[in-house]
Order: sequence, then C-alpha cells, then structure tokens
Amino acid sequence: MNNLPRVLITKAAMDVIDTLRRRFGTDLMFHQSGGCCDGSSPMCFEKGDFKVGGSDIWMGEVYGCDFFMSADQFEYWKHTELTLDVTPGRGSSFSIEIPMGIRFMIRFRLFTMEEFQNLIPTKTGEEVLES
Amino acid sequence: MTTLTLSEAKPVERPHIKEKYDHFIGGKWVAPSSGEYFDNISPIDGKVFSKAARGNKADIELALDAAHAAFPSWSKTSVAVRSKLLNKIADVIEENLEMLARIETIDNGKALRESRAADLPLVIDHFRYFASVIRADESSISEHDEHTVSIALHEPLGVVAQIIPWNFPLLMATWKIAPALAAGCCTVVKPAEQTPTSIMVLMELIGDILPPGVLNIVTGFGVEAGKPLASSNRVAKVSFTGETTTGRLIMQYASENLVPVTMELGGKSPNIFMKSVADADDDFFDKAVEGAVLFALNQGEVCTCPSRILVHEDIYDVFMEKVIERTKAIKMGHPLAEDTMMGAQASNDQFEKILSYLDIGKQEGAEVLCGGDKASLNSGLENGYYIQPTIFKGHNKMRIFQEEIFGPVVSVTTFKTTEEAIAIANDTMYGLGAGLWSRDAHELYQIPRAILAGRVWVNCYHAYPAHAPFGGYKKSGFGRENHLMMLNHYRQTKNMLISYDKKKLGFF
Repeated sequence: MNNLPRVLITKAAMDVIDTLRRRFGTDLMFHQSGGCCDGSSPMCFEKGDFKVGGSDIWMGEVYGCDFFMSADQFEYWKHTELTLDVTPGRGSSFSIEIPMGIRFMIRFRLFTMEEFQNLIPTKTGEEVLES
Repeated sequence: MTTLTLSEAKPVERPHIKEKYDHFIGGKWVAPSSGEYFDNISPIDGKVFSKAARGNKADIELALDAAHAAFPSWSKTSVAVRSKLLNKIADVIEENLEMLARIETIDNGKALRESRAADLPLVIDHFRYFASVIRADESSISEHDEHTVSIALHEPLGVVAQIIPWNFPLLMATWKIAPALAAGCCTVVKPAEQTPTSIMVLMELIGDILPPGVLNIVTGFGVEAGKPLASSNRVAKVSFTGETTTGRLIMQYASENLVPVTMELGGKSPNIFMKSVADADDDFFDKAVEGAVLFALNQGEVCTCPSRILVHEDIYDVFMEKVIERTKAIKMGHPLAEDTMMGAQASNDQFEKILSYLDIGKQEGAEVLCGGDKASLNSGLENGYYIQPTIFKGHNKMRIFQEEIFGPVVSVTTFKTTEEAIAIANDTMYGLGAGLWSRDAHELYQIPRAILAGRVWVNCYHAYPAHAPFGGYKKSGFGRENHLMMLNHYRQTKNMLISYDKKKLGFF
C-alpha cells in the first residue's frame, strides 16, 4: 500500500494552523522554500495566493493544507520525511505566521528503504490544480 | 565543545539606541498607522533592545505618495547634484562608522571586526562609487543616415520597491538604494523584520541630506508591509534579495503589474581546491586554507557562503588538516568584543534551522570533522544564538551539499579529475558564487569559465568591491548589483528618432 505520508506535523504546528485559519478565514497552503536568508523554510500562505504549476511537486496534505516544493528541490528531499513544526523566532519572508513571533520550520528524518517504497504518490502542482 | 576558542576581551560600549523607531516617510518620522511596534531582539543575548514600527498597507501607501510626489523633481535633478548628495551621505556614514558598526553588530549578531572592516567601509565606498559613475555616464547617439539621428537616453523608471535581507542589513540596503537614487528613482525600502534598527539609526544621520520623499523606509512584517509594497501597482520595479519562494511570489505580483524585477536568491557555492594548491607550504597555501575557512565569515550568513569544499583527493589530508586546525582556532564570544572572530546567528529560527541541518547531515551519514553542535556561551550570552563552526565530510548528493544552510557549516568532498570537479561544482540548483584555487595558469581561466555561476573568485574569496558585477545564474536570480550596470536596472531607454529631412516620404 502506497499510503505513507511524506509530511507529518506536530501538535504545536496544528495549533498555529488553527489560529491562522480563524484569523484569515480561509484554507492555507505551504510551499517549501530554497535559497538564501529564510530559504529552506516552509512558507505558509492563504490557499491559492502562491501560484503553483508544472514545476512544483505536491507532497501531500498536512492537516488539511496542500504542501508543495519545487520539483528540482524535491529530487534532493524525496528520501526524507518532513515534520512541520514551529519555533519562536523572527523570520522574514511573506509567510503569514511571522507576525505571531513564531516561524514554521521543518524537522527531518531519513525514510528506511521499506518506507521509501510505500510513500504516497506525488503529483505536480498543475495536476493538483486540474483535479 | 572541543572546537571552541573563546574570546577573552570585554565587549565595547553600546551606543545609545532609542526605545523605538518610527517609519521614515517623506523626510519625516511617521508613527505607524496602526500605532503598533514590534520587538527587535538582539541575537547577541536574545534580549529586546529596541522596537520597530509595525507597518501595514496604509503606511506603504503613505510612503508611495511621498515617493511619487518627490519623483518629478528628483528625476530632473542634475547628476552633479545627485552625485554630491550621495557623496555627502558617504561622508556622514564615514564620520559615524564606529557607532553604526556597533549598532549593526547588535542588530544582526555579526562580530564587530566584520562590521567595522567590511560592512561599513563597503557601504561608504558604494555610495561614492555610484556618485562617481553617474558623472561619467553617457547615453548614445547614432546617425542612421545623413538625415536621421537616433538618440538613446536614460530615464529613471520611477518609484521603486526594494526589499532588503537581514544578513548585511546596511550593506544590502546600500546595494539597492545607491544605484536607484543615482539613476534618478525614488524608493520605498522595506528592511528585514529581524534587522529593522540599524537603517533607522542611519536615517537619523542622513535623512535630511536628500529631498523629502526620495528615500522612504517602512519597517514591518513581510505579509503586512512587504506584500502591499511588492504587489502595488504604483511601483515601477521591485528589487528583492532573499529566498526562492518569496522571489517567485514577488515575480507573480510583478507579472500582474507587468513591472520588471531583479532577484538575488542565494546559492550553494563550491570552493574548489586543485592539486597544485599543495605544491608548496608557502604563503599561497596559507591563503588557500584561509579561503576554505571563509565559510565562517558572517557566521555563514552570506548568499555566496563557500559552503561546499571540493578538494583534490591527493591533497585532502594535508589541506584539510590545516583547514580543521584553522577552523578550531575561530574565537567565538561576545560579538561586540574586539577579538571575537565569529558572532551569533541572526535569529532564533535561523539557529533552529541550522541545528536541524546538523541533524540531517549526521542522519545522512556525513562525518563531522569539527563542530557539529550549538555553542553554549556564558557571561550573559546564554540565550544568544551561537553555532560551532562545523565541517562535514560527505558526498554531493547529500542535502547538506545541496541546500543553503545559512550558517557556519561547510561540507567537504573530494574529486579525482578536473572534469569531476566541474561536474560536482555544477550539480546544484544555484549559481551565485564559486571559488577556484590553483597555481596552474590554464586552470585559472578554463575552470571558472566552465562553472555556471555569476561570480567566480579565482585565488581569493568573499571580496565584494564596487565595480565587480554580482548576481546569479540558474535559480540564484538575475540582475547584476554592485556595478554600474545596475543603473540600467533602474532606468528606461528613451529613444528619440529624429529626421532632419525636410522632404516627405512620398507614400501619401
């Protein structure tokens, strides 16, 4: 069964998502960033605010939020399990939790070979938009 | 903790910093429309040292109003006057270098010796550089035939938006502000929320040099102030330094407004040490060792951090022994102490992110050659954000070789042939910086040409003199800062096609 999730979430991160959903009154989405400064951090947006496409990979849903990453970055990340967490801190970027004085972050674990064979299938951002 | 060498000097005195700073809009200090301020925490000790205005869309609109009001006059101000004002800004910064360097260190956490010797001197020189080059700048003219002349004149784009990162708060602001003002644009600047204070102290010094509205600074959070600025249909251009997701988002907004952008989005820069580096144990070898250890400059919080060491396998032992020894000799301590060599990471979330990468590096089987953990300092620094300079050994497919950690962490691997070195160097999404070290004259030219990066340092690293264009290939962005060619990223070309022929065409 290919049903193992690629992205997990901590209770603390769930609480922040609940707060943000109430505050913004909308569904949310995540896009994992790369590059300098606040790169390598997950960015949280109101659903649809960040335009995904054929060069993005949908890694699954985490607590009701679509989680995306650019396809070339995914090539290096696909063997790692991500856990969405939060930490106190002053990140920059347009991620919507930042005014709360906290920052979403990712903790990592390597999948075992057996787990790696049983992960949920990914889709491109374009396929998600069309579904 | 075996790699720690601690500073013994006492920190220098802190300059006076106000309890809070307002926005700088239209030549005046303007309280945030929400009335709210947010804490600015110093990474030195994790304590609040000032507050910044929490800007929002209304504040951004006010700043855009001021900038648009100033533009008609500023855009027609002669280059002689614009140049004089930029030079005056440089002079005032120079007179206050020590104070500004200390505040930069308190705001960002970097060691004082770096803000004194690198950040501030480069800021001063950058204003002088753009003050100079516009005096010698020329448009072009061409005679198409004996009656027809084409004039290609530069005209400033208008009001621009500039979003600044936190790793070199004053210097990165200067890289954007100086060319924009030199080109005749007015600007609205949004500093990073981690480092909103030093630029406001700077504005207290230089605010009255420029006409009101030419340079406006609005502090605040990305989603509240950065987004309305970047997405405004009243800006003619957006310049951004940061990461890829926000870069894409800003381009998305720019596509809605059909305005140009320049982007500097980071890298994973290879630093290549060819076999000939170890041909002699001389000054050059010593310089190359230092070149490898430069990964720790600015705590590794540099877009061009040489975070991948590629070393020829035959010299790995002799070279890395020295690199590890030199890394272990890095003195950590109070960033305001004069003998501290490496300071604090800029914020707690960066600190946590770096620790998560140290963890994944170990999980992926990389060998820790030194460091590998946080650094616990005492004497009031217990809550600061300190990481040990860390060297991993592994291979280029590991995530620590592929992702920008933005901390004092370098990953080393070996190569056998020049072709392999180039292949590893180019096996990355990014292409901002690279280093090539060799005593072979052919390699010194041919290898840099084969590396897909905008800046290749050859037998040096981490030099950023004005008049050396800086920018990325691949996913590292586009645009070239730090050079007069940046002027054209803030200008239009007005072509006047003139006929001096009194005779009609004869078509109608």
